[in-house]
Amino acid sequence: MKKIKSIVLAGLLLAFTAVNAQTPEEKGLAIAIETEQADNGWGNSSNSLTMTLKNKNGQTTVRKTHGFSLEIPGDGDMSMTVFDTPKDVKGTASMTYTHKIGDDDQWLYLPALKRVKRISSSNKSGPFMGSEFAFEDISSQEVEKFNHKYIGLVKVSGTVCHKIERYPVSKTSGYTKIIIYINKENLRPEMLSFFDRKGSKLKTLTYTGYQQYLGTYWRAAEMKMVNHLNGKETLLSFENYKFNDPNITKDSFTQNSLKRVK
Amino acid sequence: MIKHFILVFVVLFFSFFNVFSQEIQEEIIEEEIIEEVIFEESSIVVPSKFSWEISGNIQGDYRYFKKDGLYPGQETEYFSTIFNPEIYVEWDNSNQLIQFEGFARLNQYDIEQTHWDIRELYYQKIIVNWELSVGKKQIYWGFTESNHLVNIINQDDFLEGNGVANKLGQSMIHVSNYGNMGTVDVMVMKGFNPIQFPGTKGRLRPPFNVDYSNTTYESEDGVDNTDLAVRWSHSINTFDVGVSHFKGTSRSPIFPGSGVGNFAPHYELIDQTGLELQASVGSMLWKLEAIQRKSDRKTIRAYTFGGEYTLVTKSGYDIGILAEYNYDDRGAESITGLNDDVFVGLRIGLNDEQSTSFLGGMNKDNENGTISYFAEASRRLGDSWKIKVKAFGFKDVEENEFLYLLRKDGFVELSLVKYF
Repeated sequence: MKKIKSIVLAGLLLAFTAVNAQTPEEKGLAIAIETEQADNGWGNSSNSLTMTLKNKNGQTTVRKTHGFSLEIPGDGDMSMTVFDTPKDVKGTASMTYTHKIGDDDQWLYLPALKRVKRISSSNKSGPFMGSEFAFEDISSQEVEKFNHKYIGLVKVSGTVCHKIERYPVSKTSGYTKIIIYINKENLRPEMLSFFDRKGSKLKTLTYTGYQQYLGTYWRAAEMKMVNHLNGKETLLSFENYKFNDPNITKDSFTQNSLKRVK
Repeated sequence: MIKHFILVFVVLFFSFFNVFSQEIQEEIIEEEIIEEVIFEESSIVVPSKFSWEISGNIQGDYRYFKKDGLYPGQETEYFSTIFNPEIYVEWDNSNQLIQFEGFARLNQYDIEQTHWDIRELYYQKIIVNWELSVGKKQIYWGFTESNHLVNIINQDDFLEGNGVANKLGQSMIHVSNYGNMGTVDVMVMKGFNPIQFPGTKGRLRPPFNVDYSNTTYESEDGVDNTDLAVRWSHSINTFDVGVSHFKGTSRSPIFPGSGVGNFAPHYELIDQTGLELQASVGSMLWKLEAIQRKSDRKTIRAYTFGGEYTLVTKSGYDIGILAEYNYDDRGAESITGLNDDVFVGLRIGLNDEQSTSFLGGMNKDNENGTISYFAEASRRLGDSWKIKVKAFGFKDVEENEFLYLLRKDGFVELSLVKYF
C-alpha cells in the first residue's frame, strides 16, 4: 500500500515536472513574451536624443534628433525621427512602421528635394547616421522577429539576468545571433551582444540610467554601443521622455506628416 | 522512502508558494507606484507656443568647362554664389505654419544666370487629417531616379540645370486629405513660370537667343491660366502607388518657328495623366512612372521603369545599384532626350562621421549611342560645412539630339557650402 502511494506520488511529481519542463526554446520565448507584455500599454511617447560618436582616437562628434512613437496593439510600433544636427541634414525625417511579421516599412523625407523616399528593407543592417547602431538595433524589438533560446541565469555587473540567445528571422539582418541579458526582477534589457556569420562578437550594447515612467515602463537614459571590430563607440542619451500626448495618433504617421514634421 | 517524497513535495510546495507570495508583493508595490506617478504626470496639456526658426545655407561654386564653348561669349571658368535662406514659423500646436524658402544665385559672367526665386512661401493650416496651403510651394511626385516624368507641378529652374533640386516656386491653393483609402491632393494653380535659358555668356544653352518677348500661349489667359491637378496616392504594405492628372499649361515649351532667328517659345495646353508604382521586395525597389500627355497637336506616351538594389557591406557602406529604362514616343523632340535610353547608376554612402557619399551614373541612347554621364561626391567638414564635387559630360552625341547643342559643355564643379 505504502509502495503504491509512493509510486502514485512519484508519478504525479514526474507529470508535474514534465508539464513544467520547457525546452530552452520555449523558455526563451516565454521570457521574451513576458518581457514584451511587461512593456505593453505605454501608448505613445516622445523624446529627444543626443548621439555621441567616438572614434578609435577618442575624438567625438555629436548629433541630435528628436522623435515620437506610437504603440500599435497587435503589430509593431510606428515611429518618427527628425534630425536636428548636423545642420546639413536638419529637417530630414524618417518614418518607420515596424511589423511583427515581415519587413518593416520605412520612408525618408529629404527636405532639399521635398521628396519622400522609401528605404529598402536591407537598409536595416546599415548604420544609423554614421553611428555604431544599425537601424535594426534601435527599431522596436518585436518577439516575432527572433527565434529564442534560454541559456540560464547569469550575473551582469551584479544584476541577476536571464541570458537568452536570439536568432533574427529576417535574412537581411546583419547578425546571426544576439545574446540578450534581461533583468530577472523587472524584465528590462541590461546588455546585448551581437554576433556575425562567423560567430565572432561584433558589438556590445549596454543600458544604463533606467527610469520608470507611469509607474510601469522602464526607459534607459543611456545606451552605449561598443564596436569590437573597429574600436568605435556610440552613446545614445535620451532626454525629455513624455508619455500620453493626445496629439500623437495614427494620423501623426502619414506621408503628409512626414513632410511637415519639424 | 515516503518521508523522502513528502519532504521533496513540501519543499517544492513551499518554494512555489514563496515565489507566488513574492509576486503578489511585487504587484502590490507596483500598483502603489502606478497611482503615485500617474497623479504626477497627468498634468494639464501645455498650451502651444509660437515658435520660429531661421536656417539656410550659402554656397560658393567654381565650375570649369574643359572645352571652349561652341558659341561666342561663352567662358570656361565660372564662379558663382548661391544663397538659400529658410524661415519657418508655427503656432496653434503646430496646426498653423508659415514656410519660406528663398533662392538667389550670383554668377560671375552670365547676367541671366544671376537670378532669384521664392521657392516656397505659404501658409498652412492643419485640421485633423486635412491640410490647406495657400502660397508658393514645391511639390514632388514620383519614384524613379533617371527621369521625372510624373513630376509636373513646378517649372524647372533651367538656369540651374534640369535636376530635381532646381524647381521654381509655384503659386497654388493646395488641399490634401489623408484617410484609410490613401491621400488625395487637389491643387489649383495660378501664375505660370515660363522657362528661362542661360544668357549669351552662359554655358549649357542653345545657340540661338530665345525670343522671350514673343512667347505665345495656347491659353487665352496666358500666364494667368488656371491649372488644375489632382493626385491620389497610397502606401499599402510594401507598395506605394500614385495616380495623378494635370490640366493646364505645359511646363515644357516647343519652338514652332522654323524660320531663322525665330525662337519664340510656345506653351500648349495639356492634359497629363501620370501613374507611379513602387514595390519593395527584399533588397530591391521596383519603380515605374508612366505618363500620357495630350495636347491638340499630339498625344505623347512615355515611361521610366527600373529598380534599385541596395546592400550594406561589412564595413557598413551603403551601396545602391540603379538600372532604369526610359521610353518616350516624342523621340528626339523631348528636351531630356530620354526616348529609348538605358540608365545605370551607383550610389555609395560610407556612413562615416562626415557622411561621405558618392553618386554616379550613365545614360545611353539605344538608337544612336549618345552617352551622358555624371558623378558627384560630398563630404561634411566639421559641423556646418560641406564640400561637393560634381562632374557632368557627354560622349558621341548624335546630331538630332537636343544635347548636341550642348555637346561641348561637360564640366567639373567644386562647391563649398556653409549651413547656418
